[in-house]
Parts: sequence; structure tokens; C-alpha cells
Amino acid sequence: MTKRRNLAPWLLVLPSALYLAVFFATPMAQSFALALQDSAGSWSLESVQLMLGDPDFGRAVSATLTLLVLVIPIQLALALAMAIVINKRLRGTSLWLYCYALPLAISELAAGIVWVSIFTQRGWLNSILQSLGILDRGVIWMSGESYWMLIGIIVVAEAWRATSIMMIILVAGLQSIPDEYLEAAEVYGASLWQRIRRVILPMLRPSLQVALILRVILAIQVFATAVALAGTGLTVMSQQALDWANDIDNDNVAAAWAGLMLVISLTATVGILWLLPVREEQRQ
Amino acid sequence: MPSSMGPRRRAVGLAMAVAIGASLTGGAALGQGGSVVMLSTQLAPEAEAQKMRDQILGGFAGSVDFVTADPGSVLIDTVRVEAQAGSGEVSLLGGLHGELSTLGAEGLLMDLSDVVADLDVSPGLLELGKLGTDQQLYIPWMQATYVMVARRDALEHLPAGADINALTWAQVTEWGANLQAATGERLLGFPAGADGLIHRFFQGFAYPAFTGGVNTHFADASGVAMWEWLKETWQYVNPQSTTYGFMQEPLLSGEVAVAWDHTARLIEALRTSPDDFVAFPVPAGPEGRAFMPVVAGLAIPATAPDPEGAKAVIRHLLDPATQGITLQQVSFFPVVTSEVQAELDAGTQAELDAVSAQISAADALPALLPIGLADQGGAYNDVFKSALAQIIVEGGDPATVLAGLAPTLQGIFDATGAPCWSPDPPSDGPCQVGTGG
Repeated sequence: MTKRRNLAPWLLVLPSALYLAVFFATPMAQSFALALQDSAGSWSLESVQLMLGDPDFGRAVSATLTLLVLVIPIQLALALAMAIVINKRLRGTSLWLYCYALPLAISELAAGIVWVSIFTQRGWLNSILQSLGILDRGVIWMSGESYWMLIGIIVVAEAWRATSIMMIILVAGLQSIPDEYLEAAEVYGASLWQRIRRVILPMLRPSLQVALILRVILAIQVFATAVALAGTGLTVMSQQALDWANDIDNDNVAAAWAGLMLVISLTATVGILWLLPVREEQRQ
Repeated sequence: MPSSMGPRRRAVGLAMAVAIGASLTGGAALGQGGSVVMLSTQLAPEAEAQKMRDQILGGFAGSVDFVTADPGSVLIDTVRVEAQAGSGEVSLLGGLHGELSTLGAEGLLMDLSDVVADLDVSPGLLELGKLGTDQQLYIPWMQATYVMVARRDALEHLPAGADINALTWAQVTEWGANLQAATGERLLGFPAGADGLIHRFFQGFAYPAFTGGVNTHFADASGVAMWEWLKETWQYVNPQSTTYGFMQEPLLSGEVAVAWDHTARLIEALRTSPDDFVAFPVPAGPEGRAFMPVVAGLAIPATAPDPEGAKAVIRHLLDPATQGITLQQVSFFPVVTSEVQAELDAGTQAELDAVSAQISAADALPALLPIGLADQGGAYNDVFKSALAQIIVEGGDPATVLAGLAPTLQGIFDATGAPCWSPDPPSDGPCQVGTGG
């Protein structure tokens, strides 16, 4: 009898463990194996060396990491502000929630195309700025010659597109903070900023951890918005993986790129876990 | 009812499989006596094949059995197997230059020099069909290519004395400068985005026009000179070009006033507002008016059972009237120099005029699509895209960048053993990349 009870949790975990093993662990292992073979199929570092020697290697890694470093803090601040607004349960909160969550329903590529129609030279942004008399002539936002402009517009598009996923996680976290803590802080005269820093942020740590890990991994995979808005003006890591797989037809180097992205993702995850440790009693 | 159709459909499918198997092995007779069997990788989609059978071959006096083959090795393998068997069923082949050149190199095609006299095919394209020999191994059939399109109101800024049908690339630079002086905007445009075909611009237009070749001049002095020209010209090119895939869109929005692209990627601009746009031949460089025709050709395999019937089909397909029907029905451009008669929309007509002027220009220099690169075609294109990224986007020194990329390019030739293709002179072994700029 006791034996069977001990088996139950394992049986419950089994389907998802099988799913992960078949659809995640196996392809991941295969991908690493591909990356460590040459195109003839024998073990070698040739594919990794080809990746490192690619003239686009430095461009792709630096653009991806630059985007990550710029977009994550902006998204974190925005998501936190949005979550606090939602959590205030003001009149029309559910309308705000729908508006904020809208980008979640739009695919990355569709978002890229929407932002192209905004930022292109004869697009919405220039039209509005010109009709308001702010600009005489349209600015070329998507210029291949202006790296930081391209980075800037991708950050804007990514902030719009992917902040809501963080917000949803933070709203859930905020709602699990008992009102008594905030009321107590208010009674003792804490300002809004003090309540955020001393009460909300520490209590929110488990949600922040999840939101950051999820968002950093997605940022390392940035693809469609970058391709749509920057074209060949800059290149990102996932685009290199795709180019090597599709255009150059070398799956080994493509797998090396995928492996590199995985290693960076894992490192970032460990870094976030280390920077934002969650006490055992805070785990939900 | 649908369920009762099942067995019949299967029977038809089986019959087709048997028929194709028969043609592959050179076994049982496929067509009735007097019917010319034509195997084609072109016009293979069913809708196009039907137009080929009903409209394009409709006016032919004899009977043609038009059999389609998927792109890949079916056409080449069929001809090889028939040659091994010593006799075949297929009398006429329709394929791309690359496919026919493979068969020609193996000595599996008949010399068609005697047919040429009856036709008025563009001499430059006929030359391609000789595959570097003194025999006419295939006859060009139809083509697609790349042309220029400009907004009509940009024409007033053409350099003094420039003829829109006989421009040079240097005049394009000047035109771009004039446009910028007049409007304050950089109005030249290239499809240099992720989906763009800018690599074809280098392989079939800029390199041959400036150097007379492609790979044999990749990094030599004339190759470097081409990139210096592009670098100078790029100051008049819309910097958003790095995001453009199909040039018809920035032309229509007004972001660009003068653009180069594939005919299929410009046609919407010309169709949407034919009064606002003009199509014209590509400009020339010091070595000629280079352009990359995407050429489909007709060839007769050495084992053809009915070569005379096949030659009659060739004469029919290259008749200016049939070429007009082909353009109208399936949007492939003619290869003949005489004017074709067909009722066309204004956009197609504009492109047709530009393509005709381009192939019949006195200094026309056709440059081929890459041949013999097998699965390295993408890697080959990537070398040219890398050069663009490093020289134009990053501002690198052309000589240094090209010298850095030359070993990668040579590696592709060494790995595939691909010899040089026109307009590079033929090579015995793998093509040797030109360096020393």
C-alpha cells in the first residue's frame, strides 16, 4: 500500500517527463552532437570554428547582447508599473489589462510588420510628425547606416511586443502579496516609493525571477522584429542559425549557433538565480 | 459518388506511373506514332502545363505529348538512362540552362545548328546555348530577368544627354546625385534586405559590367573598382535599402525613385500605376551591358526517336506569335529579337519593352546563373552578401574585404569542382578566383 502511494507522484510526473525527454532533451542532445561534427559526420570542432570565423559572428553576438541589455531593464520597469496600475483595481482595470495584454496575441513577425509600417520612411510615424509640423522631411529610422537607430527602433518594438508577458507574471505575483503588509507600511507613513522598494519588490522576488529568466531567454532568441526592422543592416544570432541551416545548407554550423544560444541562455539563467535568490519560505 | 471515383483515380495514377517508368527505361511506346514526347522542368505546375498544352502548343500542326518533370534530377536522369539503353522515348527537352549544360557536357545532346537559320533568337542568348562549343546544343526558349524601373518624374533629373535605354552605371551615380540635389533625398534603391536578390546584382550585373567576368575578377583590380563605384553610388542610395525585399513596394510608396530588381518583383508597381513608372534596360559598365537572363532552353537528346518532329516543335515555340502567347499566358519573356504580338496589360508591356531592348542592345553581355555548385549555391550567394555587409554597411575597404573573402569563394569551387561559367572564360578544373586587387 505504502509502495503504491510513493509511486503516484512519479506516475503523475511521467507524461511531462517523457514529453520533455522526447521533444526537448533528445533534439538538444542531437543538436549538440551536430555542432561537434563536420559536414561529413566525423567528430571535430570544424563547425564551431566556422561559426567563430564567420565575418558575421561578432556582429550577430554583439547586436543580440546589446538588444538584451537595453530592452530588459526597460521592460522590467514598464511591466512593474503596468502591474502596479492593474493591481490598484481602479475603475476600468479589466480594460487596461486587455490593452496591455493585446501584444501577446500578435505573432512576432506580425508585430515586426506592424512596426515596419510605423517606422518606414513614408510610414505612420513620419507622417504624423510631418503633419504636426515637427519634421520637414521624414527621418529614415530603418537606415542600414545607423546602427544605434536600428537598435533603438528594435528596442521600442520589442518593448511593445514582449512587455506584457512579464506584466502578467508580475500581476500574479502582486496579487499574492497580502494587503496587510502594504496597509501596515502605509500606517507607518511609508511613501509609494518606499513601499515599492521595501515591501513590494522583496515580496515579488519569485515572480521577478521567473519573469526575468523567461524574458532573457526570449531576448536571446530575438528574430522576426530584428529582421523586419533592420534587414541586413544588423544581424542577430537566431538569424545566423537560420541562414546557415537554410541558405548555406550547413546544419552543423546552424547547430553550433543554436548550441551557443543555449549556453548563453543557461549562463544567464544561472546568473539570475544567483543575483535574485529566493528564500525557501517565499517559494509558492 | 466521390468514393466510387477512388479506384478510377488510382488506376489513372498507376497508368501514369507505368508511363513514366516506361519512358525512364526506354521500354514500351509512350505516345502514338507521330506524337513528339517533350519532357520539361519548365511550366511544370499543372496550371501552367495545361496552358502549355492548350494554348501554347494548341496552334502546332502535329501532336505533342507534354510530360512535366519536377525540378531536381528527373530530367537529367531520364536522358542518362535512355542514353545507356541506346534508345529513348523523349524527343524534346525543356529545361534551365544549368540542366541542359550538364547534359551537353556529357555529350547527350544533338547539335541544332541547322535549326538556328530558321529562327531570330537573340545572338547573345544563342551563344549561351553553345555551352562554349561550336555546336548549338540547346535553343533558348523563354526567359525571365532583371530590369530597372524609375518614377516618371525622376526622368527630368537624368544627366544631360543621357539616353534612358542606353545608360551607364556611372550615369546612374550622377542621376542619383542630381535627384538628391533636387529633392534632398537619396532616391536610388536596391533590394538589399534579407529577402532581396542583391547577390544576383553582383553576380549577373555589376561584376560582369565592370570586369567582364565574375569569379575570375572577384578580388582583382577591376573587381575592387566595381565596389569603389558602388560605395560612391551608395551615398545616393536610400539607406533603408538594407530592408528592401521587393522593390515594387518602395517605388510605389515613393521612398525610392530608381530601382533594380527581378521583373516579377517590379511588376506590381508597373501594373498599379503604369503612368507613373517607366521600365528600362539595365545600365552598362566598361565591359558591356551585363544582365542575368534566367534562360530556359529546348534541346534534343541524342537518343531522340523523332528529331525532325522535335525541330518542328522548336520552330513553333520560337515563332514570334507563340512567344507572344507564352508571355501572355505564363509571363515568361520572349527570346526572339522581332516584335511579339500579344494583348498585354500595360505593366507587362512596359517590362517586355525593357527586356527586349536589353537583350537586343549592341553591347548586351548575358551572364549566367551559377552552374555546378550543387548544394553550395546558398554559400556562394552568401559570399556576395557578406561583401555588401562588410563594404557598404560596415564601411570596410573593398580590397581588404574582398581579399578576405576570396579564400571562402575558392573553397566553394574546390569543394564542388565547379568550373567557371560565362562570362568568365571556361576553366579545365575548378574555377580559380581572381585576386590581387
